[in-house]
Amino acid sequence: MRVLMPESVSEALAFKATNPDIVPIAGGTDLLVQWPGQLERQAASYLDLSGLDELRTIRWTQDTLELGALTTYWDTLCQPRVGVEHPLLHDAARQVGAIQIQTRGTWAGNIINASPAADGVPVLMAYDATVVLASVDGERQVPLSAFYHGYKQLEARPHELIRKILVPRREHDVQFFEKVAPRQAQAITVVGVTVAHSSCGWRVVASSMAPTVCRCPHLESLLQEGTPVSCPEDLLEPLRADVSPIDDLRSSAHYREQVMSRVLYFNLGETCPAFRSTR
Amino acid sequence: MSDNQRIELRFQLNGESVQVRVHPSDRLLDLLRYDLGLPGTKEGCGEGECGACTVLMDGVPANSCLIPAYQVRGRTILTIESTELADVEPLLAAGTTQCGACTPGVVMTARWIRDHPELLERFGSRQLMAGNLCRCTGYDGIIDGLLALVGQDEEA
Repeated sequence: MRVLMPESVSEALAFKATNPDIVPIAGGTDLLVQWPGQLERQAASYLDLSGLDELRTIRWTQDTLELGALTTYWDTLCQPRVGVEHPLLHDAARQVGAIQIQTRGTWAGNIINASPAADGVPVLMAYDATVVLASVDGERQVPLSAFYHGYKQLEARPHELIRKILVPRREHDVQFFEKVAPRQAQAITVVGVTVAHSSCGWRVVASSMAPTVCRCPHLESLLQEGTPVSCPEDLLEPLRADVSPIDDLRSSAHYREQVMSRVLYFNLGETCPAFRSTR
Repeated sequence: MSDNQRIELRFQLNGESVQVRVHPSDRLLDLLRYDLGLPGTKEGCGEGECGACTVLMDGVPANSCLIPAYQVRGRTILTIESTELADVEPLLAAGTTQCGACTPGVVMTARWIRDHPELLERFGSRQLMAGNLCRCTGYDGIIDGLLALVGQDEEA
């Protein structure tokens, strides 16, 4: 194993261009799990981004919140303005692991790790976040909702690094992040449901329900059209068109469908007229 | 660069500047325990769940089992060995510790909360301590000790 420790973003991009297989490392909260026991399986070389303070920035432009690639969950929790304008970022950050993970784990790392059970990704996706990818060839922007092509299959090319995440600043009249897990901390999501509504429409994002965290277009259209919903079961058909949960060590596909439909039904019953008619 | 890469680095450890050479696969936990002779920091799960290996890195709690040693270059680390008696007396009196395996991590998180009492205005004490698992006390002793340490009577 070896590690390269660039002192600037441009040096990091140059390293990545000449070593496309090198694995970027920031907080290490995913990469170091069971590290000594898995050294044989570890990548041959790492690109340590942790010293690049130019990536550790949170700033607001007129219409965007910009999270530099090294922004940790704790960094956002320390900014009250993030919680006021984008409360789901705080809700999710507080439910990632516990303090010791929140101080180290980064939003960009959560995106790159590409776990279907990620907690940072769904709230960013519900807010229509965009990933800014950088390489020696320049920068390009990819909507987070188009970032995953399949399980751990990313839009990012081998010579690219995430430079920052752009989150639109919009007014939301409905927004919630519901993480269903065995306990309130240090738990991996069994079912995750994130919903946000703004002038740009409804966003429904599911986690631990498909090979990737994903938008749910059928559920979004149902909400957009105001289709009457009189019980959680009414949501199962569009839900099944959107997601493909599996049986695994944490839960069953059946349980996941049931829970997701209920979380949606009971959370939206308070705000969505179509859900109110028969309750 | 060969597979025998060694990285020379300097960092602040418990108030002193130290210089070490580490391998890319070394974790901070290993560096502390085996190279620097500070075995107070314990390895529990080795995967960031139990918090027994908690240290303060640049002033905030982190699991030293999940930190590559090379990442501490230029940073400030506080371990359980920097603890003074006054830091733990309220914990001892409240029955915060039984077998002791989780205790170094519990103490480090509790010291952080004591030094930043404003945290308790935004977070519950149990939420702040949620990253330190304990299989003996049932947690009430830990929370009682924490509240005594920060000078609060009741759990927020």
